[in-house]
Amino acid sequence: MRTAKRTLEALNFWSGILFGLGAVAFIDETIFHQILHWHHFYDKSTTSIGLISDGLFHAFSWFATVASLFMVADLRRKNSWNKKRWFGSYILGAGLFQLYDGIIQHKILNLHQIRYNVEIFYYDLVWNLIAAVMIIIGLVILQSEKQKSELKVCEE
Amino acid sequence: MHNHDHSILNITYLWAMPFLLLIILYVFAVYQSDKKYRKWPIYRTFSFIIGVICVLISIIGPIAEQAHTNFIFHMYTHILLGMLGPLLIVISAPITLLLRSISIGNARRLSKILKNQYIKFVSHPIIAALINLGGLWLLYATSLYHEMHASVLLAVVIHTHIFIAGYLLTTAIIYFDPTPHRTSFKMRSVVFILYMAGHSILSKWIYANPPNGVANIEAEIGALTMYYGGDIVDVIIVIILCYQFYTSATVRNTLKYGKYRFN
Repeated sequence: MRTAKRTLEALNFWSGILFGLGAVAFIDETIFHQILHWHHFYDKSTTSIGLISDGLFHAFSWFATVASLFMVADLRRKNSWNKKRWFGSYILGAGLFQLYDGIIQHKILNLHQIRYNVEIFYYDLVWNLIAAVMIIIGLVILQSEKQKSELKVCEE
Repeated sequence: MHNHDHSILNITYLWAMPFLLLIILYVFAVYQSDKKYRKWPIYRTFSFIIGVICVLISIIGPIAEQAHTNFIFHMYTHILLGMLGPLLIVISAPITLLLRSISIGNARRLSKILKNQYIKFVSHPIIAALINLGGLWLLYATSLYHEMHASVLLAVVIHTHIFIAGYLLTTAIIYFDPTPHRTSFKMRSVVFILYMAGHSILSKWIYANPPNGVANIEAEIGALTMYYGGDIVDVIIVIILCYQFYTSATVRNTLKYGKYRFN
Protein backbone atom coordinates (compact mmCIF):
# COMPACT_ATOMS: atom_id res chain seq x y z
CA MET A 1 0.00 0.00 0.00
CA ARG A 2 2.85 2.29 0.94
CA THR A 3 4.57 1.78 -2.42
CA ALA A 4 1.35 2.41 -4.34
CA LYS A 5 0.95 5.74 -2.54
CA ARG A 6 4.56 6.67 -3.28
CA THR A 7 4.07 5.73 -6.93
CA LEU A 8 1.07 8.01 -7.25
CA GLU A 9 2.90 10.88 -5.53
CA ALA A 10 5.81 10.48 -7.94
CA LEU A 11 3.42 10.29 -10.88
CA ASN A 12 1.72 13.55 -9.83
CA PHE A 13 5.10 15.22 -9.41
CA TRP A 14 6.64 14.12 -12.71
CA SER A 15 3.50 14.74 -14.68
CA GLY A 16 3.52 18.35 -13.43
CA ILE A 17 7.24 18.83 -14.16
CA LEU A 18 6.89 17.49 -17.71
CA PHE A 19 3.81 19.56 -18.43
CA GLY A 20 5.57 22.69 -17.13
CA LEU A 21 8.51 22.01 -19.43
CA GLY A 22 6.21 21.46 -22.40
CA ALA A 23 4.14 24.54 -21.63
CA VAL A 24 7.19 26.85 -21.52
CA ALA A 25 8.49 25.40 -24.77
CA PHE A 26 5.09 25.94 -26.33
CA ILE A 27 4.84 29.57 -25.11
CA ASP A 28 8.39 30.16 -26.33
CA GLU A 29 7.47 28.84 -29.77
CA THR A 30 4.12 30.62 -30.19
CA ILE A 31 4.77 33.98 -28.53
CA PHE A 32 8.47 34.67 -29.03
CA HIS A 33 8.98 32.92 -32.36
CA GLN A 34 5.66 33.20 -34.17
CA ILE A 35 3.82 36.25 -32.80
CA LEU A 36 6.49 38.71 -31.66
CA HIS A 37 9.23 37.42 -34.00
CA TRP A 38 11.80 38.30 -31.33
CA HIS A 39 13.57 34.94 -31.43
CA HIS A 40 15.16 33.85 -34.68
CA PHE A 41 14.38 30.43 -36.16
CA TYR A 42 18.05 29.94 -36.82
CA ASP A 43 20.81 32.28 -35.80
CA LYS A 44 23.52 31.76 -38.44
CA SER A 45 26.17 31.91 -35.73
CA THR A 46 24.71 28.88 -33.95
CA THR A 47 27.24 26.18 -33.11
CA SER A 48 26.46 22.58 -33.97
CA ILE A 49 26.24 21.64 -30.29
CA GLY A 50 23.66 24.43 -29.87
CA LEU A 51 21.71 23.07 -32.81
CA ILE A 52 21.70 19.57 -31.32
CA SER A 53 20.64 20.83 -27.88
CA ASP A 54 17.84 22.84 -29.46
CA GLY A 55 16.65 19.87 -31.54
CA LEU A 56 16.65 17.51 -28.58
CA PHE A 57 14.75 19.93 -26.39
CA HIS A 58 12.28 20.69 -29.12
CA ALA A 59 11.53 16.98 -29.55
CA PHE A 60 11.53 16.22 -25.83
CA SER A 61 9.18 19.11 -25.00
CA TRP A 62 6.58 17.88 -27.49
CA PHE A 63 6.83 14.38 -26.09
CA ALA A 64 6.67 15.69 -22.50
CA THR A 65 3.51 17.70 -23.19
CA VAL A 66 1.65 14.70 -24.62
CA ALA A 67 2.98 12.15 -22.13
CA SER A 68 2.26 14.35 -19.09
CA LEU A 69 -1.37 14.80 -20.13
CA PHE A 70 -1.78 11.04 -20.49
CA MET A 71 -0.26 10.74 -17.00
CA VAL A 72 -2.97 13.11 -15.70
CA ALA A 73 -5.60 10.99 -17.47
CA ASP A 74 -4.15 7.91 -15.76
CA LEU A 75 -4.20 9.65 -12.35
CA ARG A 76 -7.81 10.69 -12.84
CA ARG A 77 -8.70 7.15 -13.86
CA LYS A 78 -7.20 6.03 -10.53
CA ASN A 79 -8.93 8.85 -8.59
CA SER A 80 -5.51 10.05 -7.49
CA TRP A 81 -4.93 13.39 -9.16
CA ASN A 82 -3.51 15.66 -6.45
CA LYS A 83 -4.10 19.04 -8.05
CA LYS A 84 -2.06 21.07 -5.62
CA ARG A 85 0.99 18.83 -5.83
CA TRP A 86 0.63 18.71 -9.61
CA PHE A 87 0.34 22.50 -9.89
CA GLY A 88 3.38 23.03 -7.66
CA SER A 89 5.56 20.77 -9.77
CA TYR A 90 4.12 22.32 -12.93
CA ILE A 91 5.33 25.79 -11.88
CA LEU A 92 8.65 24.30 -10.77
CA GLY A 93 9.12 22.50 -14.11
CA ALA A 94 8.23 25.63 -16.05
CA GLY A 95 10.72 27.71 -14.03
CA LEU A 96 13.51 25.15 -14.40
CA PHE A 97 13.10 24.96 -18.15
CA GLN A 98 12.87 28.73 -18.50
CA LEU A 99 16.12 29.03 -16.54
CA TYR A 100 17.78 26.36 -18.71
CA ASP A 101 16.61 28.18 -21.82
CA GLY A 102 17.71 31.58 -20.51
CA ILE A 103 21.14 30.58 -19.22
CA ILE A 104 22.35 27.49 -21.10
CA GLN A 105 20.62 27.88 -24.47
CA HIS A 106 20.66 31.66 -24.84
CA LYS A 107 23.94 32.52 -23.08
CA ILE A 108 26.28 29.53 -22.98
CA LEU A 109 25.33 27.79 -26.23
CA ASN A 110 24.47 31.13 -27.90
CA LEU A 111 21.55 29.51 -29.72
CA HIS A 112 19.67 32.71 -30.32
CA GLN A 113 18.96 35.80 -28.24
CA ILE A 114 15.65 36.88 -26.72
CA ARG A 115 15.55 39.91 -28.99
CA TYR A 116 17.87 41.55 -31.50
CA ASN A 117 19.18 45.15 -31.80
CA VAL A 118 18.32 46.00 -28.19
CA GLU A 119 20.23 46.20 -24.91
CA ILE A 120 19.99 42.46 -24.28
CA PHE A 121 21.08 42.55 -20.61
CA TYR A 122 17.69 43.74 -19.30
CA TYR A 123 15.83 41.15 -21.33
CA ASP A 124 18.04 38.39 -19.98
CA LEU A 125 17.64 39.72 -16.44
CA VAL A 126 13.82 39.79 -16.58
CA TRP A 127 13.73 36.39 -18.31
CA ASN A 128 15.85 34.66 -15.67
CA LEU A 129 14.22 36.51 -12.75
CA ILE A 130 10.81 35.24 -13.87
CA ALA A 131 12.31 31.76 -14.02
CA ALA A 132 13.72 32.07 -10.49
CA VAL A 133 10.40 33.35 -9.12
CA MET A 134 8.55 30.42 -10.71
CA ILE A 135 11.01 27.95 -9.20
CA ILE A 136 10.51 29.48 -5.73
CA ILE A 137 6.69 29.54 -6.01
CA GLY A 138 6.72 25.92 -7.19
CA LEU A 139 8.91 24.80 -4.29
CA VAL A 140 6.75 26.69 -1.75
CA ILE A 141 3.54 25.08 -3.05
CA LEU A 142 5.14 21.62 -3.01
CA GLN A 143 6.45 22.16 0.54
CA SER A 144 3.09 23.30 1.92
CA GLU A 145 1.34 20.40 0.20
CA LYS A 146 3.81 17.97 1.70
CA GLN A 147 3.26 19.30 5.22
CA LYS A 148 -0.49 19.15 4.76
CA SER A 149 -0.43 15.55 3.59
CA GLU A 150 1.87 14.56 6.48
CA LEU A 151 -0.59 16.23 8.88
CA LYS A 152 -3.38 14.14 7.35
CA VAL A 153 -1.41 10.96 7.88
CA CYS A 154 -0.86 11.92 11.57
CA GLU A 155 -4.57 12.63 12.09
CA GLU A 156 -5.47 9.27 10.62
CA MET B 1 1.16 20.29 -80.48
CA HIS B 2 -2.02 19.99 -78.56
CA ASN B 3 -2.21 16.27 -79.28
CA HIS B 4 1.35 15.81 -78.16
CA ASP B 5 0.69 17.41 -74.77
CA HIS B 6 -2.40 15.32 -74.39
CA SER B 7 -0.58 12.03 -74.89
CA ILE B 8 2.10 12.96 -72.33
CA LEU B 9 -0.65 13.78 -69.87
CA ASN B 10 -2.21 10.35 -70.43
CA ILE B 11 1.04 8.48 -69.94
CA THR B 12 1.78 10.32 -66.70
CA TYR B 13 -1.66 9.61 -65.36
CA LEU B 14 -1.24 5.92 -66.12
CA TRP B 15 0.97 5.93 -63.01
CA ALA B 16 -2.20 6.53 -61.03
CA MET B 17 -3.68 3.16 -62.06
CA PRO B 18 -1.81 0.93 -59.56
CA PHE B 19 -2.83 3.26 -56.74
CA LEU B 20 -6.48 3.24 -57.75
CA LEU B 21 -6.24 -0.54 -58.01
CA LEU B 22 -4.90 -0.69 -54.44
CA ILE B 23 -7.86 1.33 -53.17
CA ILE B 24 -10.32 -0.90 -55.05
CA LEU B 25 -8.63 -4.03 -53.67
CA TYR B 26 -8.73 -2.67 -50.12
CA VAL B 27 -12.42 -1.77 -50.32
CA PHE B 28 -13.21 -5.17 -51.87
CA ALA B 29 -11.26 -6.95 -49.10
CA VAL B 30 -13.19 -4.96 -46.47
CA TYR B 31 -16.44 -6.02 -48.13
CA GLN B 32 -15.34 -9.67 -48.02
CA SER B 33 -14.05 -9.40 -44.44
CA ASP B 34 -17.32 -7.92 -43.19
CA LYS B 35 -19.14 -11.10 -44.30
CA LYS B 36 -17.00 -13.35 -42.09
CA TYR B 37 -15.59 -11.23 -39.26
CA ARG B 38 -16.49 -8.35 -36.98
CA LYS B 39 -17.22 -5.21 -38.98
CA TRP B 40 -14.05 -3.50 -40.26
CA PRO B 41 -13.97 0.03 -38.71
CA ILE B 42 -14.85 2.68 -41.29
CA TYR B 43 -12.04 5.01 -40.14
CA ARG B 44 -9.51 2.44 -41.34
CA THR B 45 -10.96 2.46 -44.85
CA PHE B 46 -10.91 6.27 -44.95
CA SER B 47 -7.41 6.31 -43.53
CA PHE B 48 -6.21 3.97 -46.29
CA ILE B 49 -7.87 5.94 -49.09
CA ILE B 50 -6.53 9.30 -47.88
CA GLY B 51 -3.10 7.77 -47.23
CA VAL B 52 -2.88 6.39 -50.76
CA ILE B 53 -4.03 9.75 -52.13
CA CYS B 54 -1.24 11.47 -50.14
CA VAL B 55 1.28 9.19 -51.82
CA LEU B 56 -0.39 9.63 -55.21
CA ILE B 57 -0.38 13.44 -55.24
CA SER B 58 3.24 13.51 -54.19
CA ILE B 59 4.17 11.48 -57.28
CA ILE B 60 1.83 12.78 -59.98
CA GLY B 61 -0.26 15.87 -60.48
CA PRO B 62 0.30 19.59 -59.94
CA ILE B 63 2.13 19.41 -56.57
CA ALA B 64 4.52 16.75 -57.88
CA GLU B 65 5.22 18.78 -61.02
CA GLN B 66 5.96 21.93 -59.03
CA ALA B 67 8.22 19.87 -56.78
CA HIS B 68 10.64 19.25 -59.67
CA THR B 69 11.67 22.89 -59.74
CA ASN B 70 10.44 24.35 -56.45
CA PHE B 71 12.02 23.24 -53.17
CA ILE B 72 9.02 24.39 -51.10
CA PHE B 73 6.73 22.07 -53.06
CA HIS B 74 9.35 19.37 -52.78
CA MET B 75 8.96 19.65 -49.00
CA TYR B 76 5.19 19.25 -49.30
CA THR B 77 5.78 15.99 -51.16
CA HIS B 78 8.40 15.00 -48.55
CA ILE B 79 5.78 15.29 -45.80
CA LEU B 80 2.97 13.66 -47.81
CA LEU B 81 5.05 10.76 -49.14
CA GLY B 82 7.36 10.08 -46.22
CA MET B 83 5.29 11.00 -43.16
CA LEU B 84 1.55 11.58 -43.51
CA GLY B 85 0.89 8.94 -46.20
CA PRO B 86 2.74 6.16 -44.32
CA LEU B 87 1.05 7.13 -41.03
CA LEU B 88 -2.44 6.94 -42.53
CA ILE B 89 -1.69 3.64 -44.23
CA VAL B 90 -0.28 2.18 -41.00
CA ILE B 91 -3.48 3.24 -39.19
CA SER B 92 -5.55 1.41 -41.83
CA ALA B 93 -4.00 -1.94 -40.71
CA PRO B 94 -3.39 -3.30 -44.22
CA ILE B 95 -1.54 -6.45 -43.09
CA THR B 96 -4.45 -7.50 -40.86
CA LEU B 97 -6.84 -7.05 -43.77
CA LEU B 98 -4.50 -8.95 -46.10
CA LEU B 99 -4.21 -11.86 -43.64
CA ARG B 100 -8.00 -12.05 -43.49
CA SER B 101 -8.39 -12.00 -47.25
CA ILE B 102 -5.98 -14.74 -48.32
CA SER B 103 -6.18 -18.49 -47.80
CA ILE B 104 -5.06 -19.95 -44.48
CA GLY B 105 -2.00 -21.53 -46.08
CA ASN B 106 -0.91 -18.23 -47.59
CA ALA B 107 -1.65 -16.39 -44.35
CA ARG B 108 0.65 -18.81 -42.52
CA ARG B 109 3.35 -18.26 -45.11
CA LEU B 110 2.98 -14.48 -44.80
CA SER B 111 3.14 -14.49 -41.03
CA LYS B 112 6.23 -16.69 -41.24
CA ILE B 113 7.84 -14.05 -43.47
CA LEU B 114 6.88 -11.31 -41.02
CA LYS B 115 8.50 -13.27 -38.22
CA ASN B 116 11.87 -13.75 -39.95
CA GLN B 117 15.13 -12.32 -38.70
CA TYR B 118 15.54 -9.79 -41.51
CA ILE B 119 12.16 -8.19 -40.76
CA LYS B 120 13.03 -8.28 -37.07
CA PHE B 121 16.24 -6.41 -37.81
CA VAL B 122 14.88 -3.66 -40.06
CA SER B 123 11.72 -3.12 -38.02
CA HIS B 124 13.65 -2.46 -34.83
CA PRO B 125 13.03 1.21 -33.90
CA ILE B 126 16.75 2.08 -33.87
CA ILE B 127 17.41 0.57 -37.31
CA ALA B 128 14.18 1.97 -38.79
CA ALA B 129 15.03 5.47 -37.50
CA LEU B 130 18.58 5.22 -38.86
CA ILE B 131 17.33 4.09 -42.29
CA ASN B 132 14.86 6.97 -42.32
CA LEU B 133 17.13 9.78 -41.08
CA GLY B 134 20.20 8.42 -42.87
CA GLY B 135 18.37 8.54 -46.20
CA LEU B 136 17.21 12.10 -45.57
CA TRP B 137 20.67 13.34 -44.57
CA LEU B 138 22.13 11.70 -47.69
CA LEU B 139 19.49 13.30 -49.87
CA TYR B 140 19.81 16.86 -48.58
CA ALA B 141 23.36 17.08 -47.30
CA THR B 142 25.07 15.65 -50.38
CA SER B 143 24.59 16.44 -54.06
CA LEU B 144 22.04 13.60 -54.30
CA TYR B 145 19.11 16.02 -54.30
CA HIS B 146 20.56 17.78 -57.34
CA GLU B 147 21.31 14.50 -59.15
CA MET B 148 17.82 13.17 -58.46
CA HIS B 149 16.38 15.69 -60.92
CA ALA B 150 18.60 14.47 -63.74
CA SER B 151 17.76 10.77 -63.50
CA VAL B 152 14.28 9.22 -63.59
CA LEU B 153 15.59 5.96 -62.16
CA LEU B 154 17.22 7.73 -59.22
CA ALA B 155 14.04 9.69 -58.59
CA VAL B 156 11.93 6.52 -58.51
CA VAL B 157 14.39 4.78 -56.17
CA ILE B 158 14.55 7.77 -53.80
CA HIS B 159 10.78 8.26 -53.69
CA THR B 160 10.22 4.55 -53.03
CA HIS B 161 12.85 4.65 -50.28
CA ILE B 162 11.26 7.68 -48.63
CA PHE B 163 7.86 5.98 -48.50
CA ILE B 164 9.15 2.60 -47.29
CA ALA B 165 11.42 4.22 -44.69
CA GLY B 166 8.49 6.29 -43.41
CA TYR B 167 6.23 3.25 -43.24
CA LEU B 168 8.90 1.15 -41.52
CA LEU B 169 9.56 3.75 -38.84
CA THR B 170 5.85 4.32 -38.18
CA THR B 171 5.16 0.58 -37.74
CA ALA B 172 8.20 0.31 -35.48
CA ILE B 173 6.76 2.97 -33.15
CA ILE B 174 2.97 2.44 -33.14
CA TYR B 175 1.16 -0.88 -33.48
CA PHE B 176 -1.96 -1.34 -35.59
CA ASP B 177 -1.06 -4.59 -37.36
CA PRO B 178 0.17 -7.88 -35.89
CA THR B 179 3.70 -7.06 -34.71
CA PRO B 180 5.76 -10.18 -33.92
CA HIS B 181 8.84 -8.20 -32.92
CA ARG B 182 7.63 -5.77 -30.27
CA THR B 183 9.93 -3.46 -28.34
CA SER B 184 9.32 -1.71 -25.02
CA PHE B 185 7.48 1.59 -24.68
CA LYS B 186 10.65 3.08 -23.22
CA MET B 187 12.71 2.04 -26.24
CA ARG B 188 10.16 3.39 -28.72
CA SER B 189 9.79 6.69 -26.84
CA VAL B 190 13.50 7.35 -26.61
CA VAL B 191 14.12 6.44 -30.26
CA PHE B 192 11.23 8.56 -31.45
CA ILE B 193 12.38 11.60 -29.45
CA LEU B 194 15.84 11.22 -31.00
CA TYR B 195 14.29 10.81 -34.45
CA MET B 196 12.18 13.98 -34.01
CA ALA B 197 15.30 15.82 -32.87
CA GLY B 198 17.23 14.56 -35.89
CA HIS B 199 14.47 15.64 -38.24
CA SER B 200 14.30 19.15 -36.78
CA ILE B 201 18.10 19.50 -36.69
CA LEU B 202 18.21 18.51 -40.38
CA SER B 203 15.58 21.11 -41.27
CA LYS B 204 17.56 23.84 -39.50
CA TRP B 205 20.68 22.62 -41.25
CA ILE B 206 18.93 22.93 -44.63
CA TYR B 207 17.82 26.44 -43.62
CA ALA B 208 21.45 27.47 -43.32
CA ASN B 209 22.93 25.22 -46.05
CA PRO B 210 20.64 25.04 -49.10
CA PRO B 211 21.08 21.84 -51.17
CA ASN B 212 22.87 22.21 -54.52
CA GLY B 213 20.86 24.26 -57.01
CA VAL B 214 18.31 25.56 -54.48
CA ALA B 215 17.96 29.31 -53.93
CA ASN B 216 18.43 30.63 -50.36
CA ILE B 217 14.90 31.90 -49.89
CA GLU B 218 13.39 28.65 -51.20
CA ALA B 219 15.60 26.62 -48.89
CA GLU B 220 14.53 28.76 -45.92
CA ILE B 221 10.79 28.41 -46.55
CA GLY B 222 11.26 24.72 -47.43
CA ALA B 223 13.15 24.15 -44.18
CA LEU B 224 10.39 25.85 -42.16
CA THR B 225 7.81 23.66 -43.94
CA MET B 226 9.81 20.56 -43.08
CA TYR B 227 10.24 21.68 -39.45
CA TYR B 228 6.64 22.57 -38.66
CA GLY B 229 4.99 20.09 -41.02
CA GLY B 230 7.15 17.34 -39.53
CA ASP B 231 6.08 18.45 -36.05
CA ILE B 232 2.40 18.02 -36.86
CA VAL B 233 2.79 14.44 -38.10
CA ASP B 234 5.27 13.51 -35.36
CA VAL B 235 3.01 14.83 -32.60
CA ILE B 236 0.14 12.70 -33.96
CA ILE B 237 2.45 9.67 -33.73
CA VAL B 238 3.45 10.63 -30.16
CA ILE B 239 -0.22 10.94 -29.16
CA ILE B 240 -0.98 7.48 -30.59
CA LEU B 241 2.12 5.99 -28.93
CA CYS B 242 1.16 7.41 -25.51
CA TYR B 243 -2.48 6.42 -25.98
CA GLN B 244 -1.51 2.83 -26.77
CA PHE B 245 0.65 2.77 -23.63
CA TYR B 246 -2.14 4.38 -21.58
CA THR B 247 -4.65 1.68 -22.58
CA SER B 248 -2.17 -1.16 -22.02
CA ALA B 249 -2.72 -3.51 -19.09
CA THR B 250 0.61 -2.67 -17.47
CA VAL B 251 -0.47 0.93 -16.90
CA ARG B 252 -3.97 0.06 -15.77
CA ASN B 253 -2.52 -2.29 -13.17
CA THR B 254 0.28 0.00 -11.97
CA LEU B 255 -0.98 -0.05 -8.40
CA LYS B 256 -0.67 -3.83 -8.22
CA TYR B 257 3.02 -3.62 -9.04
CA GLY B 258 3.62 -0.46 -7.04
CA LYS B 259 5.62 1.06 -9.88
CA TYR B 260 5.43 1.86 -13.54
CA ARG B 261 6.71 -0.72 -15.97
CA PHE B 262 7.63 0.84 -19.26
CA ASN B 263 7.13 -2.16 -21.47
